[in-house]
Amino acid sequence: MSRIQDRFNRLNGNKALVAFFTAGDPDLSASKEIFSVIEKSGADLIEIGVPFSDPLADGPTIQASSHRSLQNKTTLKKIIELVRDIRSESELPIVLMSSFNPIFVHGQKAFVDDAVKAGVDGVILPDLPPEEAEEFLGYANEKKLDMIFLLAPTSTPERIQRIGELSKGFIYYVSLTGTTGTKSALSTNLEEKVTEIKNKVQLPVLVGFGISGPEQAQQAAQCSDGVIIGSAIVKLIESHSDPVERNRSIAEFVTGIKKSLTNCS
Amino acid sequence: MKPHKLPDLRGHFGKFGGKYVIETLMPALEQLERVYEEAKNDPQFKKDLNYYLKHYVGRPTALYFAERLTEHLGGAKIYLKREDLTHTGAHKINNTIGSALLAIRMGKKRVIAETGAGQHGVATATAASLFGLECDVFMGEEDMRRQALNVFRMRLLGANVIPVTGGTRTLKDATSEAIRNWITTVESTHYIIGSVVGPHPYPMIVRDFQKIIGEESTEQILEVEGRLPNTCVACVGGGSNSMGLFYPFLEKEEVNLVGVEAAGLGLDTDKHGASLTKGSAGVLHGMMSYLLHDEDGQVTEAHSISAGLDYPGVGCEHSYLRESGRAQYVTITDDEAMEGFKLLSHKEGIIPALESSHAIAHVMKIAPTMKKDEIILVCLSGRGDKDVNQVADRMGVTL
Repeated sequence: MSRIQDRFNRLNGNKALVAFFTAGDPDLSASKEIFSVIEKSGADLIEIGVPFSDPLADGPTIQASSHRSLQNKTTLKKIIELVRDIRSESELPIVLMSSFNPIFVHGQKAFVDDAVKAGVDGVILPDLPPEEAEEFLGYANEKKLDMIFLLAPTSTPERIQRIGELSKGFIYYVSLTGTTGTKSALSTNLEEKVTEIKNKVQLPVLVGFGISGPEQAQQAAQCSDGVIIGSAIVKLIESHSDPVERNRSIAEFVTGIKKSLTNCS
Repeated sequence: MKPHKLPDLRGHFGKFGGKYVIETLMPALEQLERVYEEAKNDPQFKKDLNYYLKHYVGRPTALYFAERLTEHLGGAKIYLKREDLTHTGAHKINNTIGSALLAIRMGKKRVIAETGAGQHGVATATAASLFGLECDVFMGEEDMRRQALNVFRMRLLGANVIPVTGGTRTLKDATSEAIRNWITTVESTHYIIGSVVGPHPYPMIVRDFQKIIGEESTEQILEVEGRLPNTCVACVGGGSNSMGLFYPFLEKEEVNLVGVEAAGLGLDTDKHGASLTKGSAGVLHGMMSYLLHDEDGQVTEAHSISAGLDYPGVGCEHSYLRESGRAQYVTITDDEAMEGFKLLSHKEGIIPALESSHAIAHVMKIAPTMKKDEIILVCLSGRGDKDVNQVADRMGVTL
């Protein structure tokens, strides 16, 4: 059983909290600390962002974070090393989120091999839809690397069915028609759409892209299996130059979200 | 010669092309594919499109024998396909009229576009004004500075020009921002891409709307010369004018097809836009194609004197044609393009766009090496009015 599946099984119906941050922002050693702070604050899974020069699905917050990380010469290879380092001390599921090009340039097979060896449990590649993912899926399935696909408010019933069958670990439901972190309201038909997906798909359905605080997290979790928080955490990293203050504010924020989820299950 | 029937049903040209986009956009691409198939087979759509191309755009454009240029270079006969004579002054309008008609067919009341030199932005703003659509154009801040005249033209036409401040503030970043905007507004908005780039079905649709360049040229050259040209030459940024010129010639083996990329300050520097010559396969803006990127897969900056060629990617069908060997790709530096710009102005009374000047500069190299009864057909993709300020600056002239 994969670490991701195992984690969901052990939640016993409690809602999952997935936290995202960009690797290498402000630097890779800070990333290791941030991981540990988030883990201790109650996250069930951590999504580590691979920076890309042209992240199309991201709003200004994560774009800026990617940019800072690239200024620091963060590379995919160094991020895989970071995971290896973290994995020696933690059993929390780790998912890499990346644009496809850095993976393609690294070599798809080599990436899957390297990532799995380092302890990566899953990947989210927003710009690699099932139509283009055949080769990657072949390697990933062979090595038991969970490929987590996205569904969106615009997804048709046929796509929900198909993506539900291909996805592993969980379904990432993009809660809004937009880029990451740009709207503060959840879409009005969230519950309806998530229910439609849950009727068709066996996997846990997690909601992300527009969740910035405990209230929205609670609201989104009512109808789903959990939430993904990204830009809100990245903003805390951006706004605190003092590491102690930064870690304290992240801990406080993640703990708050976790608490709001406990209340709703 | 093998018939060229690409892309395949999944939008691939060999290993290139495809749909590398977030799930949010996939249904919109599927809708566009469906609507385009229907439109293509609808006689009324063809009739409407041809009506506007003839009476509004001013097609067919002339195929002009550049006699003085031919004499000056002393070799092959040079014919210019005068896309600079279209309404708005560049070939971009061929695509925006067709795409605006598709937007109307899909019931979308707002269109967005990215622009580099501003020609596609102006052409989109023009089509939007013609059909009463709302129009937002994304343009890099650096390009807005270089092409201030086109910014003003777009605003006169009623479009909003939205400055893009990310990255290098040029075409690449404008495209990224247009895609992000589309992700947010996809249910009410049609994205009109300006070149043969982006996710399927865009490279196919834009090519199909531009292939009129090559179709008219074929008919016109047969009428004047009674035979096809030996060589077709066109500049390649994203590659829409070149794809439009090349496409009808792909199965005519005897015709050489030459695409001219921007060598900027030189191929041995990092300041150029020669994706096909110096890049390698990668994924950007929804497609797999040749790309300028580093060993970690981060996209690198492109550079060209002409904003329209200042792009690190290139159309996926060009990548396919390069690998299959059906077309050749060469490069021209900023300085050489300036020489082309000046020569055509002096010899023919035609001021070409800096983009098209790259094609002219390549003709300056090859025409003298060819026989006098051989024929070169060049796509003069746009006129140079928009570039006059920049050229004056470069020549040290204060206007």
